[in-house]
Amino acid sequence: MLITATGRRRKSTVPVMRWLAPLSPALLIMLLFFAGPVLWSVYIAFTNKALTGVGAQHAKWVGFSNFVHLLSDPLFVHSLLLTVLFVLGSAVVGQNTLGFLIALLERGKSRFFVATLNTFIIGAWVMPEIVAGFTWYAYLYQGGVLDTWLSHIGLSQDWLYTAPMLAVIIANIWRGTAFSMLVYSAGLSDLPGELLEAAQVDGANQLSMLRRVIIPLMRRSIVTNLMLITLQTLGDFTLIFVMTAGGPGEASQTTPLYIYQQALQLYNISYGTAISLVLLLVGAAFSIVYMKMVKVQEEVA
Amino acid sequence: MSAAQVDDLVVVGTPVTTVTTARRRFGITSPRLFWSKVAAYLVLLLIAAFYIAPLVWLVLASFEPAASVSTPAPLVLSFSNFAKVLNWSTTFEPLINSAVLSGGTAVLTVLAAILAAYPLSRYQLRFRKPFLYTIVFSTGLPLTAVLVPVYSMFARFNLIDNVPAVILFMTATSLPFGIWMMKSFMDGVPIDLEQAAWVDGASWLVSLRRVVAPLMLPGIMVITIFTFVSQWGNFFVPFILLQSQSKFPAAVSIYTFFSQYGLVDYGQLAAFSMLYTLPAVGLWVVAARFLRGSFTFAGAVKG
Repeated sequence: MLITATGRRRKSTVPVMRWLAPLSPALLIMLLFFAGPVLWSVYIAFTNKALTGVGAQHAKWVGFSNFVHLLSDPLFVHSLLLTVLFVLGSAVVGQNTLGFLIALLERGKSRFFVATLNTFIIGAWVMPEIVAGFTWYAYLYQGGVLDTWLSHIGLSQDWLYTAPMLAVIIANIWRGTAFSMLVYSAGLSDLPGELLEAAQVDGANQLSMLRRVIIPLMRRSIVTNLMLITLQTLGDFTLIFVMTAGGPGEASQTTPLYIYQQALQLYNISYGTAISLVLLLVGAAFSIVYMKMVKVQEEVA
Repeated sequence: MSAAQVDDLVVVGTPVTTVTTARRRFGITSPRLFWSKVAAYLVLLLIAAFYIAPLVWLVLASFEPAASVSTPAPLVLSFSNFAKVLNWSTTFEPLINSAVLSGGTAVLTVLAAILAAYPLSRYQLRFRKPFLYTIVFSTGLPLTAVLVPVYSMFARFNLIDNVPAVILFMTATSLPFGIWMMKSFMDGVPIDLEQAAWVDGASWLVSLRRVVAPLMLPGIMVITIFTFVSQWGNFFVPFILLQSQSKFPAAVSIYTFFSQYGLVDYGQLAAFSMLYTLPAVGLWVVAARFLRGSFTFAGAVKG
C-alpha cells in the first residue's frame, strides 16, 4: 500500500519542478555568464562605451555608427580576410586533408608504428596551446632549429617575419590535425569492408576508389568535421598571439587579435564589441549548419 | 557480398576483368601493392618528422643548461633548468592556480551537467528538442567573440581578478558540451534499473545518485577529465579576466616569463613548459582508457 501511495505522490507533484529543479543550476550559470554577456554585447555595440574618457562614465546610444565605422575600417576588412585565409589554410585545407591522409594511410599498418605516430599527433593537440606556440616560435625563429637546418641550403631567414601567415597556418595544422584524424579514422573503420574489397577486386585503382567509393561514403563525417574545425579555428587567438602577436605590423592580425587590440589594449570597448558581434554572427551561421547535422533523438531513452 | 562472390559476378560479366582478377590472384600485382605500402610508410615517416622536429628542441633545451632560442644545444643532460624553475613563484603557485581554476570548473560543470542531463534524458518534455538544439548550437560559438562583453560585464560588477567568478564563467562555457555528453552517456543507462528504485520509493535524486551515476561513472570521469584538460590549457580567459600575478594560472605566468626572459632563458621556459604539459597529457591517457571502457559498457547494456 505504501508503495502505491508513494507512486501516486510522485505523479501528483508539480511536473514543472521535476524538470526545472535539476535544470536550474546549469541554466542559471549559462544565462548569467554566457547568454547574459552575449545580449549585453548587442546593447554595448550600439553605444560609445569605453573604459576611459567620456564613454566610461556616460555611454551614449550611437545607433549603427560602430557598424558603419567597421565597413570603412581597412584594418577590420584586412583582419577578416586574414581570418578567412587562416581558417581555409590551416583548417579546411590543412588539417582536413592531412587528417584524412593520415587516417587513410594508417589503415592496415603496423600497430606499433601507428600508435607511436598517433602519440605525437595527439600529443601536439592535447598540449596547452601556449606551449605549442612557444615550440613553434623557437622552431621558426631566426637562428632556431629549422633555420639552422635551412641555412645549409641558403634559406636562412626569420620565418615569423618574412612569412607570418604561413608560419601560423603551418603551426596550426601541426596543432589541430589530430581532431580530423580521429574523426576520419572512426569514419573509415565504420565503412563496410566488403565494399572496399569488392571495388578493389573490380580493378578500381586506389585513386578512383578514393573518389568513387570512400569519399562519397564518408560525406557525412567530412561535412561534420569541416564545420567543427572551422568553428574551432575561427576564434583562435592564443597560437597567433604567442607566435607573432599579429605582427609584423598587422601582417597576421586576424579578427580575434584585432578585437583584443581594439577592446583590451586601446580600451575601445564598444567598437571591440561590435567586431566581436560580427565574429559571433559568422560563428553562429556555421553553428546553425552544424546543429542541423546533429540528430537530436525524438524519443527519450 | 564477399570478395569471392564479386569474383563470380566479374567472371560472368566481363572477361577482360577476369584476366586482371586472375593476375591479382597469382600475385602478379603484389609488387605494386608492396610498393604502395612502402610509399605509404614513407609518407607517414615524413609526417612523423613534421611532428617530431619542433618538439626536439623543446625537449633538448629543457635539459640544456645554457639553452636560448638561438643557440642549438650540444647534447648535455642536466636537470639544472628544472632545478631553477622548481620554486614556489615560478612553478608551484601557477600550477596550483591552474589546478584550482580547472578543477573548480570541472567539478561545477560535472555537477550541474549531471543534474541537467537527468530530465533531458528521462522525461518527455515539450521543450526538450529545442533546448538540446540550443545546447549544440552554443557548443559551436567562438568564445573569443564573447570575451569582450564578458570583460566589460566583469569590470561593471567589479569581478575582474575574482577567481570564483572566473570559474563560473569557465563553467558556463564548458556546460553546453558537458550537458550534451552527459546526456548521451545517461541515455545508455537503461531506465528499467531505475524503475526498480522508484518502486522502492526512491526520489529522482536518490535514484540518480545511487543507480544512474555509479553506472555511468566512466562517462563522468571522461567529462571531468575533458573539462579539466581544456581549461588547464586555457590562456585567453584568465589572461583577460585576472590581474594579480599571485592568481595567474601556469598558462598566463608562462607567457609573462616568455615575454620577459623567453629568448634568454629558453631552457628554463622549456623545462617549465614540460612540467606544465605533462599533467594534461597524462590525464588524456587516463581519459582514453576510460573512454574505451565506457564504449564496451554501452555495448554491454545494449546487448
